[in-house]
Amino acid sequence: MKLESKIPAGPLEQKWTKHLGSIRLVNPANKRKYEIIVVGAGLAGASAAASLAELGYKVKCVIYHDTGRRAHSVAAQGGINAAKNYQNDGDSVHRLFYDTIKGGDYRAREANVHRLAEVSVKIIDQCVAQGVPFAREYGGLLANRSFGGAQVSRTFYARGQTGQQLLLGAYSALIRMVGAGSVEMLAHEEMMDVVVINGQARGIICRNLLSGQVTRHSADAVVLATGGYGNVFNLSTYGRLSNCTAIWRAYKRGACFANPCFTQIHPTCIPVSGDYQSKLTLMSESLRNDGRIWVPKKGADAKRRPGDIAEEDRDYYLERMYPAYGNLAPRDISSRAAKKVCDEGRGVGESGLGVYLDFSDSIRRLGESAVRERYGNLFDIYREITNEDAYKAPMRIFPAVHYTMGGLWVDYNLMSSIPGLFVLGEANFSDHGANRLGASALMQGLADGYFVIPYTIGDYIAGIKPGSRPSTDAPEFVAAEAQVTGTVQRLLSVKGRQPVSHFHKRLGKILWDRCGMARNARGLEQGLREIPALREEFWANVNVPGDGGTLNQSLESAHRVADFLELGELLCRDALSRDESCGCHFREEHVDAEGECDRNDDDYAYVAAWEYAGEGKAPILNKEPLVYESAKMVKRNYK
Amino acid sequence: MRVNLKVWRQPGPHARGEFKTYATPDLNPDMSFLEMLDVVNDELTLKGEEPIAFAHDCREGICGTCSLVINGKPHGPHRAVASCQTYVRSFKDGETITIEPFRAKPFPVIRDLVTDRTAFDRIMSVGGYVSVRTGAAPDANSIPISKIDSDRAMDAAQCIGCGACVAACKNASAMLFVSAKVGHLGLLPQGQPERYRRVLAMVNAMDDEGFGNCTVTGSCAAVCPKEINLDFITRMNRDYLVALVQEGVGRKGAKEGAGG
Repeated sequence: MKLESKIPAGPLEQKWTKHLGSIRLVNPANKRKYEIIVVGAGLAGASAAASLAELGYKVKCVIYHDTGRRAHSVAAQGGINAAKNYQNDGDSVHRLFYDTIKGGDYRAREANVHRLAEVSVKIIDQCVAQGVPFAREYGGLLANRSFGGAQVSRTFYARGQTGQQLLLGAYSALIRMVGAGSVEMLAHEEMMDVVVINGQARGIICRNLLSGQVTRHSADAVVLATGGYGNVFNLSTYGRLSNCTAIWRAYKRGACFANPCFTQIHPTCIPVSGDYQSKLTLMSESLRNDGRIWVPKKGADAKRRPGDIAEEDRDYYLERMYPAYGNLAPRDISSRAAKKVCDEGRGVGESGLGVYLDFSDSIRRLGESAVRERYGNLFDIYREITNEDAYKAPMRIFPAVHYTMGGLWVDYNLMSSIPGLFVLGEANFSDHGANRLGASALMQGLADGYFVIPYTIGDYIAGIKPGSRPSTDAPEFVAAEAQVTGTVQRLLSVKGRQPVSHFHKRLGKILWDRCGMARNARGLEQGLREIPALREEFWANVNVPGDGGTLNQSLESAHRVADFLELGELLCRDALSRDESCGCHFREEHVDAEGECDRNDDDYAYVAAWEYAGEGKAPILNKEPLVYESAKMVKRNYK
Repeated sequence: MRVNLKVWRQPGPHARGEFKTYATPDLNPDMSFLEMLDVVNDELTLKGEEPIAFAHDCREGICGTCSLVINGKPHGPHRAVASCQTYVRSFKDGETITIEPFRAKPFPVIRDLVTDRTAFDRIMSVGGYVSVRTGAAPDANSIPISKIDSDRAMDAAQCIGCGACVAACKNASAMLFVSAKVGHLGLLPQGQPERYRRVLAMVNAMDDEGFGNCTVTGSCAAVCPKEINLDFITRMNRDYLVALVQEGVGRKGAKEGAGG
């Protein structure tokens, strides 16, 4: 497949402006003749659906929740970046662009990242106008905090609930359009397939989660904003329902899947406590503004109470290893450092898989009430889960799967390799390269939905004749529906001896061991043998009780896990073929003298876009070369 | 430890429901309440019985999906947490725990412990927003907002839309939810142009959905996982009164006039 990134010509700083001036527009009177399906109503989906409806398009918004307010964007805690330079600390569009490119270890597409930095400033304006109650200073102006991978304060926040507040803002814009009759919400519907006719995406197949009814929906364009696939690891900070089904089915219809092995392991999460565990809870990166991370210098001290370990016996390892950034080193680096000290036997807590995040210095410096004001809700969450008071003793934290930089491949217009199928937010691969900086996920989701897709989709729609939407009786629709109903029947009829969760847990363990924070060829090859075997076992031995005609949560989860069992294999395949270390992708064979990633720009400065080749066949690797016109590919240095 | 679960089972919206009791396997006290249900469900599956349907997603108290009445109290024994943030250690070994769905006429049961709360969306769609188009916003710092107002708006905006307030209320009133939405926007300068239109439309929609009236017993605030304060109901009532005078009465009069 020939991948055309469609990056506009001209200097980096002018590409987006020039592009906006040259792409095709759709006549306002014609817009209502076009129907666009948006799948998902998180930050990217809700902002896109609302903005497209405001422009006049007919919009259908498909969600598996009961309401758009539940999408997992809601759980983002710390903040959203924007190059406002309200702090006068030297921030600029260029600096945000540069930090993001560098943070992603030079594996992101330069033009997309620059556009992201440009529109970041408008996002904050938009959110404030919607009534998002960002934190403010006493003078009434907006407050900022710092996040990892940056030396300026450019992060806007609403206590520890920034994602919730931004989502409620986007939801309010969406629900306004629902009230106006411009958006039709299809709640409790899961997208099961994309319908491709003559090479173009012309609709989707949905399954109603309450009635089991399978329905066909035709459209002029389909927008997927279905989030990331981190739950392939089973244990993650994602909501339990987050899944890969929409993007995976699109992949099997011809949309390339880019950099699937780029998965973010977040350094500060509450450690695992038992094998019943269903999810891991994040402790916001913002805590690293005032918390100091340490482990004992000697493994013998690991089981002692933290308060009994003298200052000189503590190793504040991030401050020691990365003096310039200290506790605010980027996520991939901080996670790996935590793994390293735990591998050395210095990890704390019962399992030995934990490090301390200590606030005692800040409490001494600022007072407990100031710390409570900044992070109170996070300390509360910590207490609920662990039954421990982090004002008195340090938190114990450990890295956990948190985000996926990989996703469906898109061009500069956010269109996948299936014409008419657009992909936004975490579901696409675009802006974060091999590692995402903190507070940049919210920025990208809203940038894509509010300020990119409303324009770029017009360029595609302008090429479609109004009223040419296919009938849902077209053979492609009928066949896709039959396939969905067939899968439902197949899952229900196995009647094996293990619940779905059994397979999900085992898949997660394989991926964490083989394709987690550190990877090597031997382990990945092992994973590539283990996963197909587990998949076979799943289809022979899974037990999905009940029927397909009512709310059946086991069936929902069986669908999702079946797709994860296929996707997991692609993760390992991608990680094996990328024979270098970069960002989150740490191949143990490629380590420099200082223990950091040994990147190989000569051979791997490309986006790996995997193309489905059919059942039982190895997927085809397409490469989009990463050409940097402005930034120089240099070694990342946070020391 | 082990407990017994007395759970509301109802196969569908129109089917008859009943309580059934299940003995749990050995539990770790550090398990979350929902993880306990996961374990029980896996056991039921292996025994060939249908697992208990319950709503959940984020499991960290922010998405508002989980919605259990535990021992008669929405979201369980503790203040200021959602069902998913309740842990097994809060119960006694051998205890029988009763689990029911949020019960209210506007929240019909879908299955077992899952209810339909889309009535909230319909209330939101008539006014729970600031009418601003994408791209039409002025610079974010062009309107200073006092930290006090902004913080109070945030207190209201924290509402996760779970509906525990409705489940706790003997009248199934949605006043705490609606007042949180109205209060959040009403405290900010951006919300002023539509302030009175909003309160009128949302209160009317709330009534149309069949939610009951408020008699200020405060049971809603007592179970709210985000501790939304009753003061917001007072604020909303004041705004509603002003709205009635300002436009409600005027419009009604105009309508009657036209009809006559």
